[in-house]
Amino acid sequence: MESQKKFKEKVKNIYTIITAMSTIIGLGIAVCVMVLLNPTLFTSVDSTINYVVVVEEDEDKIENGIHVRTGFVEDVGLMETVNNCTNCHSSKLVIQNRMSKERWLATIKWMQETQNLWDLGGTEAIIVNYLANNYAPEKKGRRENLSDIEWYELNN
Amino acid sequence: MLYLVRLKSYLAYPLINFYTYMKRRNFIKKAALGSLATLIGTDIVFGATMPQGYTPLALGDPDPFKLFGLDNEMVVLNDKPWNIEAKAHLLDDAITPNKFMFIRNNGIIPENIDVNNWTLTIDGESVKEQKTYTLAELKSKFRQHTYQLTLECGGNGRSEFNPPAKGNQWTIGAVSCAQWTGIRLRDVLEDAGIKSDAIYTGYHAADIHLSRDLKKEPISRGAPMAKSLQDETLLAFQMNGEDIPISHGYPLRLVAGGWPASVSGKWITGISIRNKIHDGTKMGGKAYRVPCKSVAPGTKVKDEDMCIIESMPVKSLITYPKTGAIIEKGQKLHIRGHAWAGELEVAKLEYSIDFGATWQECPVKQPVNRLAWQHFNASIDFTESGYYEVWARATDTNGISQPMLLPGWNPKGYLNNACHRIAIKVK
Repeated sequence: MESQKKFKEKVKNIYTIITAMSTIIGLGIAVCVMVLLNPTLFTSVDSTINYVVVVEEDEDKIENGIHVRTGFVEDVGLMETVNNCTNCHSSKLVIQNRMSKERWLATIKWMQETQNLWDLGGTEAIIVNYLANNYAPEKKGRRENLSDIEWYELNN
Repeated sequence: MLYLVRLKSYLAYPLINFYTYMKRRNFIKKAALGSLATLIGTDIVFGATMPQGYTPLALGDPDPFKLFGLDNEMVVLNDKPWNIEAKAHLLDDAITPNKFMFIRNNGIIPENIDVNNWTLTIDGESVKEQKTYTLAELKSKFRQHTYQLTLECGGNGRSEFNPPAKGNQWTIGAVSCAQWTGIRLRDVLEDAGIKSDAIYTGYHAADIHLSRDLKKEPISRGAPMAKSLQDETLLAFQMNGEDIPISHGYPLRLVAGGWPASVSGKWITGISIRNKIHDGTKMGGKAYRVPCKSVAPGTKVKDEDMCIIESMPVKSLITYPKTGAIIEKGQKLHIRGHAWAGELEVAKLEYSIDFGATWQECPVKQPVNRLAWQHFNASIDFTESGYYEVWARATDTNGISQPMLLPGWNPKGYLNNACHRIAIKVK
């Protein structure tokens, strides 16, 4: 009887410890998750250091069919292109160019061979299609008309 | 927790360059929408503790006009790396001031430049004795010279090629002619000693590859010995009488006028005297090369059939008036501009107001020194009202002129020296 009672008490103790530990671990996990979701949670205001105000605005806002942050045209494959093609160089380098599908692909291969671009896997086809559809060569002949002329009166 | 985060960020500082990090952060934030895992233990956590006002690099400043002291009419083609060009009317000065000078970068501008510890090392297979000089030594040991030198990007005019060529789509503004002060490259090379088998020099610089792979050089080009040993080929410290601006190669750059400006390396830390054609980054493949034999537009050309560009071709710009001028009938139109011809001089300048049907010659001044651009001006009478274009055409001392249409197509879109045109209306 005595040993049974002792055993029961021990079990009770262990149960309490496990409950307590589970609670602590659970709380810990909860805190971690909260911090992950909101990294500033425990960053108290410190009078000696100014913190960056992270402006929470939509970084992928589209206006008039243009991805505002990069200037890319909105189309299938936009985000794949933004995420893979604007890390090393500016989107401006892409946007000012016009190439066929074959040449966009060749450019990607060149960047992989010489410029440390990673393997794009399945997104490669998506990106190449996006680029070839939206940034294709225009026929402009041997010399174009002068364009975008801002006319002004010239007085001697 | 706070300390942990701080500690982590401190540990990470040397590992992650902040500039990349800031850029990456944007990327990661977006990626995070799809995958929470990306967030764990990575950069975004540090974002919260980044002190305001801590600009990791002055060059992270998004305003290139302030950053580089540029006129606000300059055109930014690319902001990573920085590639910025002028417009024709901005280049009206006889000596191009910094605010109107095009910027062509292949990599990231060097960070934390320490001029007191900046050195130049002369090495290579064909150096007699490898030598390293401090900036102070270079300035005191060798005689200094000042020249006005024309620098034009090999790809200036690329935007006009059809089919289009890959790269920054320069229009006409990737040319400048500033005054450069420095020492002759020849003097330094001779001080280290040049072996008889030397055929080329190749430069090494402090700029950083876009991928931030420190083993990669963004660009390392060079020139044959003959060009390297010219009087006007400088290791320059000054531009227009002041320290060279950071965007143009502070504190030490090469200036090899008349050749593609990529030969004039910026932020120079080393010169290799080579016993073969220099094989640094952007010397091989199709970079700064054109087909050895002319090809039809759009032709695929093998690398071995591409030849290195040396002297730039003859070219001119009408820098006044700005295109788009409306004048009264009977009002004289005064035009002026510059002309240059790579290694050569400009012998003749003509203009046409009838789309090339007839040409009038106008005076062109002698250059202030070899490889400086030359100035021309003319007064034009228009007898009828209507739409006109004024075209300028320079001819070099070998009798070679600028074409009216695009010159020979080449895969990378170099050497477009077609006549410059401005639009004029006569009321």
